[in-house]
Amino acid sequence: MMNEVEQDRQQVIKVEHLTKRFGHFTAVDNISFEVYKGEIFGFLGANGAGKTTAMKMLCGLSKPTSGKGSVAGYNIEKESESVKANIGYMSQKFSLYEDLKVWENFRLFGGIYGVNDKEIGPRTDEMLAQLGFEKEKNSLVSSLPLGWKQKLAFSVAIFHEPKIVFLDEPTGGVDPVTRRQFWELIYKASDRGITVFVTTHYMDEAEYCNRVSIMVDGRIDALDSPRNLKSIYNAANMNEVFIHLAGGSNRKAD
Amino acid sequence: MKQFLVFVRKEFYHIFRDVRTVMILLLMPVVQIILFGFALSSEVNNVKIAIFDPSKDHATQLITERISASKYFKVVKMISDPDDVESLFKSGKANIVLLYSEKFHENLIHTGHAQIQLITDGTEPNTANAVTRYATNIIMASQKELLQSQVPSVTRPAITSEIIIIPEVKLLYNPQMKSSYNFVPGVMGLILMLICAMMTSISIVREKEVGTMEVLLVSPMRPIYIIISKAVPYFVLSFVNLTTILLLAVFVLGVPISGSLFWLIFISLIFILVALSIGLLISTLVDTQVAAMLISGMVFMMPTMVLSGMIYPVENMPWILRLISNFIPAKWYIIAVKKLMIQGLSIDSAFLELGVLFTMAMVFILISLKMFKKRLA
Repeated sequence: MMNEVEQDRQQVIKVEHLTKRFGHFTAVDNISFEVYKGEIFGFLGANGAGKTTAMKMLCGLSKPTSGKGSVAGYNIEKESESVKANIGYMSQKFSLYEDLKVWENFRLFGGIYGVNDKEIGPRTDEMLAQLGFEKEKNSLVSSLPLGWKQKLAFSVAIFHEPKIVFLDEPTGGVDPVTRRQFWELIYKASDRGITVFVTTHYMDEAEYCNRVSIMVDGRIDALDSPRNLKSIYNAANMNEVFIHLAGGSNRKAD
Repeated sequence: MKQFLVFVRKEFYHIFRDVRTVMILLLMPVVQIILFGFALSSEVNNVKIAIFDPSKDHATQLITERISASKYFKVVKMISDPDDVESLFKSGKANIVLLYSEKFHENLIHTGHAQIQLITDGTEPNTANAVTRYATNIIMASQKELLQSQVPSVTRPAITSEIIIIPEVKLLYNPQMKSSYNFVPGVMGLILMLICAMMTSISIVREKEVGTMEVLLVSPMRPIYIIISKAVPYFVLSFVNLTTILLLAVFVLGVPISGSLFWLIFISLIFILVALSIGLLISTLVDTQVAAMLISGMVFMMPTMVLSGMIYPVENMPWILRLISNFIPAKWYIIAVKKLMIQGLSIDSAFLELGVLFTMAMVFILISLKMFKKRLA
């Protein structure tokens, strides 16, 4: 039943038997999954479970040892340039230029992603208005509080209307209120049809995702909606699910 | 192309919004050229010389005359007792003492051996060196004169061996022995190296450290363009610096550009390319700005200062250091600048240096691109 519904939807990420080895170490071990258009896909796992390596392969930064995958309809190995043009990315480290003004950051990344010159200005104003940051257009990014920067970074990541946006622990070090606001932005983007692929350490955030995968030792040990996962593992919340699965890890966290 | 332009503009924002960077980039060349040009000058004027002349013959008189006629020396005393030498130095009345052997001219003619001793104050080695060099040059010139006028050709070789003189080619083109002639090419090499290698590597590594490099690599901008657009602003600024240095050299230090300005700029651009590629290489090897600074400072700047011939002549070094000096790009650049700028030779004479620098640029660029790609795999 569920499967039929999913097949009607458009697959924007499709991964089959993806593996990455570094010497004898298998960082990502034969993972397969699909992500659908407009979905908020949570990519969970303890530190060192292989999340970052898997995400790098999806973004075209790293070549898989074996297996294949496509992102936004492009082969991640052979068409990484096209993959990159169709995704947005926001890293766990802060990813805007602190010594540039807010609008200059939009201008820069808009230019890098080939957004039309004439559109950059109005779109910047529009996005700032959405955030309520109109007054900060000419401020240096370094002068803004962390929560604001994070929201800005997200806006910059989706500025070129990517098909998918990858968020690597986007809310690290941010207070609960700002995190809540940040997730509202994620929902808005998802409503517009942008697929959100997000890694997080906060299990309450995992509850906000449509579906969640949990990586343990390079494998995906569970993949389902938070509600189904909780009932499968008979857990009260995602935290218990996560501990149940990740507790069996043989790998040391880095 | 548009990507490239917005990126280069961003790079200029980085540079001009950081006061320290602007200071380093635009003021340092001026400060360095003035420091090296004036403060570190090895030029010495009005050297107080005392002379002990037991022979008082034709030859010694000729040499003494030449010395007192020179603008560098002031004969303060003719001493009669060689034991006075020490007290002269202690009281600071003389910087150098010249002692002729007895029967100087007679010995010179009959045996081909005549001795002159130069005593200087070694507590100030640079001054002592310079002073000895001046005196030696004058003695050598006088000796030539004496030989030509009086001594039969048979005895010629024997005489020259007695007075130890290392003729310096530099003298030919620098008749006043102005040290700025030597320092200007050196400072040019040093500053261009410092700005290109250090600043480029730091600016790239900073993006890695802050995390923006990751964002750039995920963007559709190709890594090669990221690298080129990071290097372009420093290339432009190095050119500005080159112009500043040349203007200062000509109008403040009075060092003329005797050769072709075009080729001087051409070879400087090749050298800037080498320095930029070294900066790129460093940036692929390290992950923190501090490490980048240390590597460009210690591994590249120190050898550049010591082994490039900028301060110490390379020819006098042990063979192992001479060998290593061949791998210092600045050495080749400085040699070329001396040829093209000071000596006014044509570009033909600097083909070797040009070739070496060009090869170095290519090799460094290839290695750093390889390293950069390897990191991404």
